Amino acid sequence: MTAMLNVKDLRAYYGQVQALHGLSFALNEGSLTTLLGANGAGKTTTLRAICNMVRSTGAIEFEGKSLSGRSTENVVRLGIAHVPQGRGTFTTMTVEENLQLGAITRSDSKAIVSDIERMYAHFPVLKERHTQQAGTLSGGEQQMLAVARALMLRPRLMLLDEPSFGLAPLIVRDLFKILGKINREDKVTILVVEQNAQLALELADQAYVIETGKIVMSGNAKEIASNEDVRKSYLGY
Amino acid sequence: MELFTNQVLAGVATGAIYACMALAVVMIYQAIDHLNFAQGEMAMFSTFISWQLMQWGIPYWWAFLLTLAISFAGGILIERLLFKPLAKAPVLTNVAGFIALFAIVNSVAGLIWDFTIKQYPTPFGSSPFLGSQLISTHQAGMIGVTLLMLVGLYLFFQFTRIGLAMRAAAALPESARLVGVNTSWMIALGWGMASAIGAVAGILIAPVVFLEPNMMGGVLVYGFAAAVLGGLSSPLGAVIGGFLVGVFENLAGTYIPGVGNELKLPIALALIITVLVFKPAGLFGRAIVKRV
Repeated sequence: MTAMLNVKDLRAYYGQVQALHGLSFALNEGSLTTLLGANGAGKTTTLRAICNMVRSTGAIEFEGKSLSGRSTENVVRLGIAHVPQGRGTFTTMTVEENLQLGAITRSDSKAIVSDIERMYAHFPVLKERHTQQAGTLSGGEQQMLAVARALMLRPRLMLLDEPSFGLAPLIVRDLFKILGKINREDKVTILVVEQNAQLALELADQAYVIETGKIVMSGNAKEIASNEDVRKSYLGY
Repeated sequence: MELFTNQVLAGVATGAIYACMALAVVMIYQAIDHLNFAQGEMAMFSTFISWQLMQWGIPYWWAFLLTLAISFAGGILIERLLFKPLAKAPVLTNVAGFIALFAIVNSVAGLIWDFTIKQYPTPFGSSPFLGSQLISTHQAGMIGVTLLMLVGLYLFFQFTRIGLAMRAAAALPESARLVGVNTSWMIALGWGMASAIGAVAGILIAPVVFLEPNMMGGVLVYGFAAAVLGGLSSPLGAVIGGFLVGVFENLAGTYIPGVGNELKLPIALALIITVLVFKPAGLFGRAIVKRV
């Protein structure tokens, strides 16, 4: 397998404060990888650095192309969809407009229409509410909308920032099931950042554990889940 | 009663112009969170360009369309050269930028076309509209052209992809970038459109206030009043605010003793202050439906 995304020696800064201290990892094409760690470990910063939303140094390569120096929208146009923390819903627009925005970089209008239908099949609740203002959806529904909006890009790689945040456990399970399905059936490579380590490890095939801006552990998700020392010292369950 | 109807209709006609100015101001406010004090001067400059084109023998409507195109390009140019570099600068730096733009545009217009007051033609004529004494054809034309433009803008923002992208960029810039919208160019596009809308306002009001470099000063104050009244976060509110201010101004001038023509402008200012005190978000200010 070839690495689809290659991150080498990534260092990121918020003003004078360094948040990432030389982080390296790789994602294989078709994989579902999770990036775990405590609050403030640098998970969100890592995703933001990939999309050039924070000042960073180091090398990030996506399908052989360097991402450094590209604007956020140009990174997205390469096929990297980013579902940000807080979901980034356009609350004053309708559900359907949110989906259309996800496909704003595409020009194949017929395929966009059929993709919207496909999203409604994945997430029936969105079809019921397609004319509703997105801000009126519940947290879980908004997270579904955010995932659907990201898929409308027809991404090669999807980055998800704590999709489980603020959701009821049952809804999180549903959501993760759908993510697994998207990964297998639509062949979208997924990197999901999570604090809910137990659930994320069940879902993922690869896992990285990050602590104070460095990777401290990596490997097969099942092995990490079954390693009691790792679980106790880094994942806290 | 006829006086009343007459004043209301005349108010709707000038209100259309205030609506245009308010809309232009709101469009830029939505994009960059600053009030463009130079919006009126830009409109004045556009009007001079159309006048110059007509002096060179270009027919009215061709000059009109050409001026819209030039104003659109000019608005984009101003954004790229002056306000894009100021995007991350503090508020006061931006305010200084707007004031500089105001002064520059005003004096350059005076330099090129001097400060003498000029007649400006109307394609509609000034005879009574449809034989009625209530409203002139030019006033009817002002209302008609404005409504046509407003409908066009509504369709553009509601039903085109680029309109959707512009709305997204104004609402949530970071999320817009994450779906691949080039937010920086959407802001420039907003400037171009605001500038062209201002040009329409200037060209339509010029036969009434006459053409000179300070012609838009009062109009812009009314435009601000309309924008504040309608709510700076609502383009629709700004338009409705424009019509309301136009009618209110005329009725106050006619019926409140001692107001008359000279005291109309302070009424606009009083209106701004009253709205800011009692309803800071304006009549149509954003009421977001939110579920937690």
